Amino acid sequence: MNFVRPRRSMLYMPGNNPNMLQNCCCLGADGLLLDLEDAVSPDCKDEARRLLTYFMRNLDFGNTEVTVRINGTDTPWWRDDLKEIIPARPHAVRLPKCEDPADIRELDSAISEIETAEGIPSGSIEIHAMIETAAAVERASEIARACPRVSAITLGGQDLAADIGVRRSKEGVEILYARSRVVIAARAAGIACFDTVFTDINDAEGLYKEASLAAQLGFTGKAAIHPSQVRVINEAFRPEERAIRHAEKVVAAAKEAKIKSIGVYAVDGNMVDGPVVRQALAVLAQAGISCDPTEVL
Amino acid sequence: MNMVKNSLGRLVPTEVPGLGNFRPFEGAFAMAGTKAKHCAFETDAVPRGKSKITADIRTAIINSGLSDGMTISFHHHLRNGDKVLEMVLKEIESLGIRDLTLAPSSLSDSHEFVADYVRSGVVSRIYTSGIRGRIGNLVSRGEMEIPIVVRSHGGRARAIEEGSISIDVAFLAASACDDRGNMTGSFGPSAFGSIGYGMQDARSARHVVAITDNLVPFPLTPKISIHQHLVHQVVAVDSIGDPDKLATGAVRITRSPQQLEIARNAYELIKSVGIIRPGFSYQAGAGGVSIAVTQYIKKHMTDKGIQGSFALGGITGDMIKLLEEGLFKAAYDVQSFDPKMGDSMLRNPTHYEIDPSCYANPMNCGCMTHELDVCVLGALDLDVDFNVNVLTGHDGYLRGASGGHCDASAGAKLAIIVAPSFRNGVSSIKKQVQTVVTPGESVDAIVTERGISINPRRQDILEMALKANLPVKDIEDLRKEIISLTGETEPIDFDESKPVALVEYRDGTLIDTVYKVRS
Repeated sequence: MNFVRPRRSMLYMPGNNPNMLQNCCCLGADGLLLDLEDAVSPDCKDEARRLLTYFMRNLDFGNTEVTVRINGTDTPWWRDDLKEIIPARPHAVRLPKCEDPADIRELDSAISEIETAEGIPSGSIEIHAMIETAAAVERASEIARACPRVSAITLGGQDLAADIGVRRSKEGVEILYARSRVVIAARAAGIACFDTVFTDINDAEGLYKEASLAAQLGFTGKAAIHPSQVRVINEAFRPEERAIRHAEKVVAAAKEAKIKSIGVYAVDGNMVDGPVVRQALAVLAQAGISCDPTEVL
Repeated sequence: MNMVKNSLGRLVPTEVPGLGNFRPFEGAFAMAGTKAKHCAFETDAVPRGKSKITADIRTAIINSGLSDGMTISFHHHLRNGDKVLEMVLKEIESLGIRDLTLAPSSLSDSHEFVADYVRSGVVSRIYTSGIRGRIGNLVSRGEMEIPIVVRSHGGRARAIEEGSISIDVAFLAASACDDRGNMTGSFGPSAFGSIGYGMQDARSARHVVAITDNLVPFPLTPKISIHQHLVHQVVAVDSIGDPDKLATGAVRITRSPQQLEIARNAYELIKSVGIIRPGFSYQAGAGGVSIAVTQYIKKHMTDKGIQGSFALGGITGDMIKLLEEGLFKAAYDVQSFDPKMGDSMLRNPTHYEIDPSCYANPMNCGCMTHELDVCVLGALDLDVDFNVNVLTGHDGYLRGASGGHCDASAGAKLAIIVAPSFRNGVSSIKKQVQTVVTPGESVDAIVTERGISINPRRQDILEMALKANLPVKDIEDLRKEIISLTGETEPIDFDESKPVALVEYRDGTLIDTVYKVRS
């Protein structure tokens, strides 16, 4: 079954820690960010690549989205990362410190070569671009539209604050503009956008506030740096009960219509069509309620 | 030894030289409704005005009339901090007494010295709930001629009351005791909380020796757990043990993401069944997962304004917080997992101290485990028929305890087993569990971090869990998922001609046999 996937929480996992990796798919996260960049020291890059590849080939990730954060295109490691990782078919590759659409195009080309060589359908592996500098914020729209593989842009708040010379605060006023800019760029390009991490793993209340703000601003989801943050983020991104109830009605009506082969129908007096059903499925997915699209579309 | 298959297909003996006759297990509730037996026994009377104070343990042993072939008992409330068992066995050995049956309520890691007394011939039979370390290894290697008998807490109470365990002398540690033998574990420098197991043994032994490091003037105040009419002698010693070691390795909330996920799944399952409602009753262990489940339940009860009925079992500090916050009306404490529970019993009139018959004996007029709505229990491993092992390790050696596992599981309306999907690279879910302690018939759900499996006997729970969108998986599918990570384990090389431990179900029937490990 090809369930609509929720994308509320994206949990970072160090790429060189087998103990954490073996349990990563049962921590409630909608997505996993398997990290080859900051979490892995330079002398451990090779072993981390091999370990990640092994896990991706052997672990059942179920409905969890798997993204690998590779090393930046300004490092000597990113091409080796791709050579090992792409054949294991992650859903996406996350490129850190992306400032220029040309970085994306270079990555796109490198992935395409490996896809062709490995017999992987062309363009099936997506790119998430990380916006982590002032220059990148300025070019967020261009980055979001750099190539069809880009399915999400994400904000890296810690590096961005350093780049613009401010300290991160819990209120996040200093990156509010960047947050909004990233959301607008992503939504205008029709792709997803993920908010930056919340670094205090003992402050669930602060995390809930920040994740709620991110949801309110229009982010699709938010990165988590510890498993304890996952449920808090999922809760903050949960749609309103009214929206969930309406989506359930739409999906129930769509199921019945499909069984009876009815083409046109209404819910609460409003006509329902494919996009409305897809939107309802997305709302239910964000609420953590699984639905099989083939039953309704 | 004549071996027959019980209703689970496990081979068990019908008679064992040195132990007597046994019935095979016929089902978790097969003996329900049968008449309870109560044995009559002779006990020594203490003449009016005679002092009960005895100078030392050696003299107390001589006065008790202990001789070769008799049965001695101890409670295990001090667990790894206990010093009394070793002090007593040392004196027994020096008196040349041999061939004893050692029948403590359980043996902890710190009791591994018992192995030396088995080898020297002082102890030739062991009845216990738990066994570990050096003594567990000795038994598993087949060094005892007579198999040990493992009983649950409720099963031991039943066995004592019906006479299957006939205690000649009970040596009972007390953290406070007066010269008439009134005693407790609730206060004093070595306070350990409930003395529930001691209460049972004091009532049932031919001769009772109180051993205390806190001899106080008569009358003992403000609380007496075991009254003087049951006690023959009082011995003062320097120390009965270290209560700080009572809760080693447990009783703290886990920070492990994997364990928290197990706890979250267990809580979501309990919630989905709708059983957390006014009058709710609950038992959980002292492990990290259990405590985390309790925290989730506490928040739910607080948020919804629900007042439960009672908490049961090994009582921990976190459970008493629920009592003191009014979330439960009472806590029934057969053993304390925190030495401060004595203080709680003094300040909380509804923190009740109970004996194990009241706790879990299936053959009396109504035990507390039968009143439970929910119990959350651990496991060493389990199988696709929901049978649970809490006694033998992956290597086949005895390294666990029956405890109140099968008692709570049989009694609770919703019995949940929590376990990580694998430990040390070995799957916790087997095709067939190595040793059955708790029959799958009495287990409703198994919860791991990778999913929840519901016993097919409980379609009602299955429907509610699915409706709540919980990660429900068929247990065979879950096993295969885990095996895909861990691989299958090699079978253990048991010598099936040499039973080393008989596992008694709470009703007195034999549920399984543990064999000698060859390698």
